[in-house]
Amino acid sequence: MKTTVQEILDQYPGAGRDSLIPILQQVQEKIGFLSEESVIEVGKYLKMPASKIFGVATFYNQFRFNQPGKYHVQVCRGTACHVLGSATVLDEIEKQLKVKAGQTTKDKLFSLEVVACIGACGLAPVININGEFHAKVTIDSIQSIFDSYRNREE
Amino acid sequence: MNLTIEVNNNIITADQGDTILEALNKNGMSVPTLCHMKGLFPTGACRMCVVEVEGRRNLVTACSEPVMNGMKIKTHSLRVIESRKTIVELLLSNHPDDCLYCERNGSCELQGLSEDLNIRERRISGQKNKFKLDVSSASIVRDPEKCILCGRCVRVCEEIEGVSAIEFVGRGSKTFIGTSFNHGLNLSTCVNCGQCIMVCPTGALKEKGHIWEVKDMLGKPEKTVVVHYAPSISVSLAEEFGLPSGYNMIGLMNAALRRMGFNYVFDTSFSADLTIMEEASELVHRVQNGGKLPMITSCCPGWIKYAEEFQSDLLENLSSCKSPQQMMGAIIKSYFAETENIAPENIYSVSIMPCTAKKFEQQREEMTQNGISDVDAVLTTRELARLIRLYGIDINKLEPELADSPLGTRSSAGKIFGTSGGVMEAAIRSAHYFITGKELVKFQVKGVRGLEGRKEAKVKVGELEVGVAVVSGLKNAEILMDEIRNGRNDLHFIEVMACPGGCINGGGQPIGTDEDAVKARMMSLYDIDEKDAIKVSHKNPYITELYDKFLGKPLGHKSHELLHTHYQIRDVN
Repeated sequence: MKTTVQEILDQYPGAGRDSLIPILQQVQEKIGFLSEESVIEVGKYLKMPASKIFGVATFYNQFRFNQPGKYHVQVCRGTACHVLGSATVLDEIEKQLKVKAGQTTKDKLFSLEVVACIGACGLAPVININGEFHAKVTIDSIQSIFDSYRNREE
Repeated sequence: MNLTIEVNNNIITADQGDTILEALNKNGMSVPTLCHMKGLFPTGACRMCVVEVEGRRNLVTACSEPVMNGMKIKTHSLRVIESRKTIVELLLSNHPDDCLYCERNGSCELQGLSEDLNIRERRISGQKNKFKLDVSSASIVRDPEKCILCGRCVRVCEEIEGVSAIEFVGRGSKTFIGTSFNHGLNLSTCVNCGQCIMVCPTGALKEKGHIWEVKDMLGKPEKTVVVHYAPSISVSLAEEFGLPSGYNMIGLMNAALRRMGFNYVFDTSFSADLTIMEEASELVHRVQNGGKLPMITSCCPGWIKYAEEFQSDLLENLSSCKSPQQMMGAIIKSYFAETENIAPENIYSVSIMPCTAKKFEQQREEMTQNGISDVDAVLTTRELARLIRLYGIDINKLEPELADSPLGTRSSAGKIFGTSGGVMEAAIRSAHYFITGKELVKFQVKGVRGLEGRKEAKVKVGELEVGVAVVSGLKNAEILMDEIRNGRNDLHFIEVMACPGGCINGGGQPIGTDEDAVKARMMSLYDIDEKDAIKVSHKNPYITELYDKFLGKPLGHKSHELLHTHYQIRDVN
């Protein structure tokens, strides 16, 4: 049986390294992130070392290297949110979830991403979890926000 | 010489197609560089080499700008100096201030530039880099905090070695040099050759040191501490003690090692002779019995790991011989232990190598007998120099001494192992004798000598015309292996060394090794060969004795047990 990555590569017959980024984008779209296995597979196809692909992929903000959690948390670090304290919000979230931006919690429930302005400056500081916006977040309200998602699991 | 340019108000001539830097260097002038690597395409990334060119608004990088007729250049104008100074100040702004504790204290290019540019205060303060030390590799320690992102390690790994274990990761001020998915170097494709250490301007890359273990063992009376040194060491140590490149320090080195308390001083060139006995016999056996050809040498542990990773379909072509380091280790803990009546577990066996990959090789699980490691510690040439200084030995004041018998006597065939082409030449000398019963005329195989990355020759051995190729730098090996894979069949024997020019340019050699130094070391080895009475491994009387008394015959049962090994396919990631 063909792997998901192989199916994507089949759309690029005779591809060279100039096709790397569109391939990576498609891989991420299909499996949600760039796994080590997928990078190696793409590397073998394009005759590129995995280190080189990792180097290219880490240059761009758009690529993730961890499986996203069930709930994907985007913390806005745009200007308005920054002015209203999104840095402390991010710190607190990292502390509570015990992960850094770009990582996924051990129970695979939450993944954390820092994004630039998401165009909801009136709600600053704002976070977006799977499309649900949480407005005027404070370090005191974070716990109850995450709890509400945890409760959905029980 | 067909262009005229003006440099600092002096007229000089330059060749069409030269860069400004090349033109300056040819005329005995220099500008500082950091990212520049001779022989590789310029990147112009660090901008240390900037010069002022009349009519140009911005400073230009001398390393990448071609000369043009009538160009007027200022290499040290106020503007140029200020610019270079600022670059170094910016590099220093996030660099750790622990020069006194740094491996490269005294041999650091950043330190040198800072001194040359007369930087005496911290004008720019930045946030210090915070990275974890990567000590996962058996051979190489990475300290990304000291990295200035010149990219030389990345380039040597990719363009010279064809390995690409490391790459720029991330972007902007958060960029660092890392492996794929930030694994430890031990899990990467790194072949441990250490060429990255040789090109690193700072202390960001260094060998995994074995000095303290060795020093501890030297203080233990119950241990018999045995040392042996690779063929290239005696001609590579000189620079560390202010002597001219290539100067042969063998006698002084023997004396210094005894002063430090090593109980027995042996020469790995002896086991290089032993390697030749086995390897030449294996070659003859393969040729006469329709074995897998071309046979490829197996002395270089960088090449071996590379082959296991990237050329695993050709593993059957590799000679099954262990490297001289491992053969010596195995003989010390068997034959030597037996004749001297010392229990193998009470022997601590140290090898001194021009190589960081030897530290990895020593730890391979195949390299043990009944759970006892063939070799216990590996020191690089740099570590040997450090150890000599640590013991306060003024090596220049010592009287030369001979190595110990019997494992300290070599033929000069074993000695030339240190240079690219040496293993090949030594093997041909003996194979010629094994096949025809006669010695090779003049003992020389000129076609495989020299520092080129690839050399080929045809050698008449009796009726047979033997095709041989010698490559150094694994990128060159990759190209040759592809030719073999694509059906090339005129070659019988191939020598591969990971480091360009062979062990004399190994990853464990003194920092600052340049092309001239490598050339001088090579000349020194061939000079030793020229003057030596015994030029072939099979005439080394102690090798004959070893076979008579202990091993039996080459490729015999005991040889297979002690001197041969096998390889494993490694998944490339």
